[in-house]
Amino acid sequence: MAGLDFKGSGEREKEDAGVVAHNTKLGVWLFLVYVLVYGGFIALAAFRPDVMKQPLILGINVAVVYGFTLIVSALAIALVYMKTCRK
Amino acid sequence: MIHQTSLMAIAIFLFFASTVIGISFYLGRKAKSASGYFAAGGGIHWAVNGVAFAGDYLSAASFLGICGMIAFFGYDGFLYSIGYLAGWIVALFIIAEPLKRMGRFTFADALDSKFNSRGIKLAAAISTLVVSCFYLIPQMVGAGALVQPLLGFPHYVGVIIVGLIVTLIVTTAGMVSTTWVQFIKGGLLVILCTIITIMLLVRGISTAPTDANGKASYIAKRGVTTVELQSMGTVVEPDGAWIGKKDPVTGDMKPAPYVRIKNAAGVVSVWRKDVVKFKDGNPDVTTFSETQATYTVNGKKNVNGLPRGKGEGEADLKPVGYLSKLPNGEKETGSQTPWGFLSTMQKSEAILWANEKIKDAAGVETTVYYQKPTLGSDFMTPGSSPTFKKVREEKFFGKLDFLSLMLALFCGTASLPHILIRYYTVKDQASARKSTVVGIGVIGLFYVLTLFLGLGAMTSGALDVSDSNMSAPLLARSMSEFLFAVISAVAFTTVLGTVSGLIMAASGAVAHDLASNVFKFKLDDFQKVKVAKMAAVCVGILAIGLGILFSKMNVNFLVGWAFNIAASANLPALVMLLFWKRTTKQGITAAITVGMISSLAWILLSAQAYKDVYGWDPATAIVPFSQPAIVTIPLGFLVLVLVSLFTPKPKDLAAVEKAS
Repeated sequence: MAGLDFKGSGEREKEDAGVVAHNTKLGVWLFLVYVLVYGGFIALAAFRPDVMKQPLILGINVAVVYGFTLIVSALAIALVYMKTCRK
Repeated sequence: MIHQTSLMAIAIFLFFASTVIGISFYLGRKAKSASGYFAAGGGIHWAVNGVAFAGDYLSAASFLGICGMIAFFGYDGFLYSIGYLAGWIVALFIIAEPLKRMGRFTFADALDSKFNSRGIKLAAAISTLVVSCFYLIPQMVGAGALVQPLLGFPHYVGVIIVGLIVTLIVTTAGMVSTTWVQFIKGGLLVILCTIITIMLLVRGISTAPTDANGKASYIAKRGVTTVELQSMGTVVEPDGAWIGKKDPVTGDMKPAPYVRIKNAAGVVSVWRKDVVKFKDGNPDVTTFSETQATYTVNGKKNVNGLPRGKGEGEADLKPVGYLSKLPNGEKETGSQTPWGFLSTMQKSEAILWANEKIKDAAGVETTVYYQKPTLGSDFMTPGSSPTFKKVREEKFFGKLDFLSLMLALFCGTASLPHILIRYYTVKDQASARKSTVVGIGVIGLFYVLTLFLGLGAMTSGALDVSDSNMSAPLLARSMSEFLFAVISAVAFTTVLGTVSGLIMAASGAVAHDLASNVFKFKLDDFQKVKVAKMAAVCVGILAIGLGILFSKMNVNFLVGWAFNIAASANLPALVMLLFWKRTTKQGITAAITVGMISSLAWILLSAQAYKDVYGWDPATAIVPFSQPAIVTIPLGFLVLVLVSLFTPKPKDLAAVEKAS
């Protein structure tokens, strides 16, 4: 069963104020981008259900394609954040 | 529906349960310090923590509830998947790192890091307890509901088993064992769902589905003519609501669309009248379709006019769900690509089932489950379920419920205490970030699969019309008995993972926030862990009690409540603390208190609570829609800003940090 238990250093990490500010700003911008995409989906579902019915790619309608896009883009945008964050 | 007890499911579940308990005891010997108990010493690897996020988050409601909703109504269940996942963006970009930076064990720590205020600690601890309890109820109810058909025990036995196992896991090794339970369960759930989806695509869709043994599924009759119906027996004279119901708006009597036929043996069946109208002036055509009806007399349940059971002279609800029409008149599709599957569904017609309750003159209430042929173009877009149907109406007011729920799901994830404490189990902010990304990947994959699993269940000929929660396990049963046993055991383990996280969060709030920080008991590390363990036992017992008490409530609905309360109470405080320097301790305390009380009060006064909790007429509810987030989240922000502006500015931050 070795390796199942974890040992932490218990120390607080030291952080640079500039790095924190950069990462916070980056996070807020990416967050706003996702809010726009999510908001667009909600708005279409609530106010333009006719658009949601239209086939878009490979015979799949806008509702399904947009839904999958929201899930996949969450991962994509999270990876972008991870790669561009300063340490 | 009566489900056969699966010995294999019991064996696999016992194997899982004993494995996690074994690991807990092994690790328990090493988790003596407070840091070890509450936060696994901050030493959990980010990848393990990421999968554990998925194990924590993908609760019974996510897995069983969403798949069931998609199987019964189509796309609307997928809206929950989208909202639940989108919430992780708030967690990653706004909350994760500052929380990790500022806190130690609980989310009250982080909120209070700049102020050292007892008011904040008290409000945050109470909000943690309230949200955890609200989230615990559906998990425990779900456990009981699962154990009944799957393992063959009564509901309360399921609740007690889960309560005991989880309390044991949490009290032996705290966050370390909780993390491992969640890691194992999260990983297993996603792998299994992937396997079932692949098998589903390989199998393809047929208009005459078969079960795992190749036996043809039941196809309910449709298009029966009046003459054919009359040949089956005599018509039972309508009484009570079988005659009709008054339209609440116009006051006109609307005749009930049912005919009851008594056959030669005296068995009564219920048929639904379908009227086809022709636009070209031809007369309407009336046909009848078969229904399934249940009623209870003298405590005995009856199905389709016979006592409920599997024996001679007894009847049980039949499994349902298939596509009545495939594109181009095909009978079966053969193996399909994922996109081919979705496009086929859109161009097909499915037989969905709805239900209606009808009371006769003697007061006996019959639940009639009837067929509802629905086009793919309809059920593959938002608004096909009763929950979201108002989204298709013209009136803006009707859409508010939908908008409010989508907002609550978006904002709620990052405010759930059992999710937030997981950020303290990794060593630094970079690990917090990486584990969230892994979590988003695993959870996102799972939510993509929910659409396939739900639609697969809709077409598998295996659904239980009386219980949508069973859809995903029944889809597995339509493929193989072994798969059904494994998925049932994993579903049960799913409850273990989430409940242990919740009990952890609640015990931390009691021991760390309330006992040491609010009431200032002098506790050393050892005593703090002891208090936390005692709190865990108390919360465990409370959870068992609540699970038995609320056994009749809708699981998905309760989870929605928890998200609403979490988002309204915690999010304004978290966000403003991070982004507005003028925030004061009084502002935070007020925002948490007002957000929690207003959302709770709104929920208790909503039409849905009137109907489901008190059994009152929902039309008389005080608040205009059931989901409060769209009102109470902005209210929380407003209260925070106003109270902060009217209270003294916080001291210079640099001075505070220097002093600490």
